[in-house]
Amino acid sequence: MSAQDAAKLSFTIDGKEVKAEPGQTILQAAALAGIYIPHLCAMKGLSPWGSCRVCTVLVNGKPQAACTMPVAEGMIVENDTAELKDLRSSIVEMLFVEGNHFCMFCEKSGNCELQAMGYRLGMLQPRHDYMFPTRQVDASHPDVMLDHNRCILCARCIRASKELDGKNVFQFIHRGAHKRIGVDAAGGAGGTNLAVTDKAAEACPVGCIVKKRVGFAVPIGQRLYDTKPIGSHIEAGRAAKE
Amino acid sequence: MTDNASVSRQVCGNFGNDKGRLMDILIGVQAQAGCIAPEALDEIAKSLSMNRVEVESAATFYAFFSDKMRGRFVIRLCNDVIDQLQGADRVAAAFRAELGIEFGQTTADGLFSLAYTPCIGMSDQAPAVLINDRVVTKVSTDMVREIVQTLRTGKSLEHLKLTLGDGNNSHPLVRAMVNNNLRERGAVVFAPYTPGVALQRALSEQPVEIIKIIKASRLRGRGGAGFPTGMKWEFTRAAPGERKFVVCNADEGEPGTFKDRVILTEAPGLVFEGMTIAGYAVGASEGIVYLRGEYAYLLAYLEDVLAKRRAAGLLGRDILGKAGFKFDIRIQLGAGAYVCGEETALLSSCEGKAGNPKTRPPFPAQKGYLDMPTVINNVETHCAAARIVENGPSWFASMGTKASSGTKVFSVSGDCAQPGVYEIPFGITVQELLARVGATDTIAVQVGGASGRMIGPSEFGRQFCFDQLATGGSVMVFGKGRDPLAIAHGFMDFFVEESCGYCTPCRVGTRLLRERLGRFLEGRAEAADLDYLEKTSKVVKNASRCGLGQTAPNPILSTLQSFRSEYERCIKKNGTVFLPSFDPGKAVAVAAGIAGRASEHFGTKKGGVKA
Ligand SMILES: Cc1cc2nc3c(=O)[nH]c(=O)nc-3n(C[C@H](O)[C@H](O)[C@H](O)COP(=O)(O)O)c2cc1C
Ligand code: SF4
Ligand code: SF4
Ligand code: SF4
Ligand code: FES
Repeated sequence: MSAQDAAKLSFTIDGKEVKAEPGQTILQAAALAGIYIPHLCAMKGLSPWGSCRVCTVLVNGKPQAACTMPVAEGMIVENDTAELKDLRSSIVEMLFVEGNHFCMFCEKSGNCELQAMGYRLGMLQPRHDYMFPTRQVDASHPDVMLDHNRCILCARCIRASKELDGKNVFQFIHRGAHKRIGVDAAGGAGGTNLAVTDKAAEACPVGCIVKKRVGFAVPIGQRLYDTKPIGSHIEAGRAAKE
Repeated sequence: MTDNASVSRQVCGNFGNDKGRLMDILIGVQAQAGCIAPEALDEIAKSLSMNRVEVESAATFYAFFSDKMRGRFVIRLCNDVIDQLQGADRVAAAFRAELGIEFGQTTADGLFSLAYTPCIGMSDQAPAVLINDRVVTKVSTDMVREIVQTLRTGKSLEHLKLTLGDGNNSHPLVRAMVNNNLRERGAVVFAPYTPGVALQRALSEQPVEIIKIIKASRLRGRGGAGFPTGMKWEFTRAAPGERKFVVCNADEGEPGTFKDRVILTEAPGLVFEGMTIAGYAVGASEGIVYLRGEYAYLLAYLEDVLAKRRAAGLLGRDILGKAGFKFDIRIQLGAGAYVCGEETALLSSCEGKAGNPKTRPPFPAQKGYLDMPTVINNVETHCAAARIVENGPSWFASMGTKASSGTKVFSVSGDCAQPGVYEIPFGITVQELLARVGATDTIAVQVGGASGRMIGPSEFGRQFCFDQLATGGSVMVFGKGRDPLAIAHGFMDFFVEESCGYCTPCRVGTRLLRERLGRFLEGRAEAADLDYLEKTSKVVKNASRCGLGQTAPNPILSTLQSFRSEYERCIKKNGTVFLPSFDPGKAVAVAAGIAGRASEHFGTKKGGVKA
């Protein structure tokens, strides 16, 4: 065993041993080991958040969010089980019915993490009833558009603006079913200091924050998840190691 | 009309333009300007050097804040399940008729606004309303008429003829129409109290000894979760931090719970003494009481008790002559959010933010208020801790059961002759308690509030204690003729309203569950809906981020267990349901609104609690 391995702690995911540094989350350690744990609100380079709950795993039999739960020596993590797949699918279906997602008209289709997650989890049609909410579109910014119909409240834009751009363009406003993304100006995103080059303009996993005038630059059918399921780059890492 | 911008500037100034005090600033602006308007957000952001959207985030989170001008008198009718069973609907109708407005509206003369609010901690004297920060209890339709007539003439709230309640409710600084309904005093919380005795004893020991004493008493938290208090204090003492804090959770938002209200009214000194002892034990010199906004009527009185304790050397520097030991307490008011009773949401709120829970771990004992080690305990837990130090751990442990030592203060409401507060040793059975409160023909008992469990008569032989029927104090009694499913639906309304919305399963799942349960009440349910309720409840329970979502499906899960036949009875037997989710009544509601008359075929039905 190398000196570096000695500093690491060890735990298992679905029976496979995984080495990790203290302070890492289960999600981070799993990704480095080439194990994909489905996730939406977690994003590399942003602080853990824990809102979508798609990454729910069992830790020593207890449900926990893999993206916020720190690793500990000897913990037993269950990830790829039929029950968890069903739980995750139920949650993803909740996100679908909560907003208005008409993929065939959406610029994000094919690059959308929510859509790709639906495919990966084998979702055909949501088991939940559609809510068809009335939501706004904010087109006030010259270069970026916000279509709240597709927002899944993952807060990636909030964190990216704060942590990567050094700004504070986004924040949640209201609560519960009325919670939504607010922007740092009374009249919409156009009044904020959001720039099209901001990391926050890239961080959205769905078709809520989209850049203007670049739509359909890559044709449908040739997009990220059109060819490979979401998570395959992580699993490819494992395959390369093995 | 006072203008929002200048009021905002002035209020910010009063709090030293400290953004950590944003809650108090928003409360002040709302009270003085009648709303927190867009200009106020700009002005507050400027004064506190914050981003506007951060101010908006907090200002739009709490039910007591409004961006639209509210009336001089904001009337909030409690629509908790118990209040509904005791005639809240009649009171609502009377207010509507007297004022000529609907709930959510303000009268044209700018005098009155009407709103619903969840449990305000008065279930023992329901139906109750809040008018600004005044409580009016046992409201009748006659009283509604009188209240509106008095206030309409331009008189202030002082002119309402309200009978003052017993005990300190009649204290000059309280003057509330609230009764204690303190039916049984036990040996711990409501025994006679002499200020300083417990504290003196504490200060004669080393701090670590105090923690040993609390551990030996086997005291567990009274707020609901039942975590061992001594361990919590030990973790906080051991955690590194330049500052440490002791917080008292007086948010008391769990429906049907009102015992902390009575403790704060009759034994506030004991609460503060317990907090001070906790401060000494863990090495903290600052304390915060998080008092729910609904209890603002107690604020001046509690501030006065604190001032007297400072004057008596029980707070401040060199407390009781102990060189170097300092401790003081401030009161943080909430503004209408049940989730702020959850300890990490409470901390967010104290920090001046929206009341979203924080990610755990780290736990408050490691990183709490301002990221510093923080002890959070319920009001009653602080009282018990002080008594344990005063009378010794074995005295305390000799009461109650092995795993649940001491007494518990119960809040009993609903269908019984003597609703009120009972301090009784742990271990009493449901049957025994029902007999003491004068309940007959009881068909169901809700143990632990909306987030607890509904049990039927087959479980009435069980004991109240942590390993059988755990409760933070709420015991709601339901008699013959009550509908368990309608009650469960009322609780789901509560969770939908109070979810913070941070995480998917709770934000979306609570609404889906309520809708599906509603189908049973409306006779639209199919057999498959039982399975849906069970499965989706489990998803919400297992995947939610905090205790609110993790317990929100309990009304459904526990009635599925105890009252399954009620569900089965409601399943549509004959007739083909093509698409159960499709409610023709709702579908034509908009059109009916435009036409100005209800549909003859599909009048909208609503599942609510039937009295
Ligand atoms: C949604 C929610 C609401 C809560 N409300 C309260 C409350 O009003 N008062 C309280 O003491 N604890 C409440 N709790 C429990 C607290 O999070 C915490 O466990 C408690 O204050 C710890 O004090 P204790 O150990 O003395 O009970 C609530 C928990 C949740 C999840
Ligand atoms: S955001 Fe994603 S899931 Fe929603 S409509 Fe667009 S592609 Fe579909
Ligand atoms: S706008 Fe996009 S990134 Fe921001 S919360 Fe919504 S879905 Fe997430
Ligand atoms: S469970 Fe989630 S949405 Fe519900 S109150 Fe807790 S954090 Fe908020
Ligand atoms: S990825 Fe873990 S909660 Fe969203």
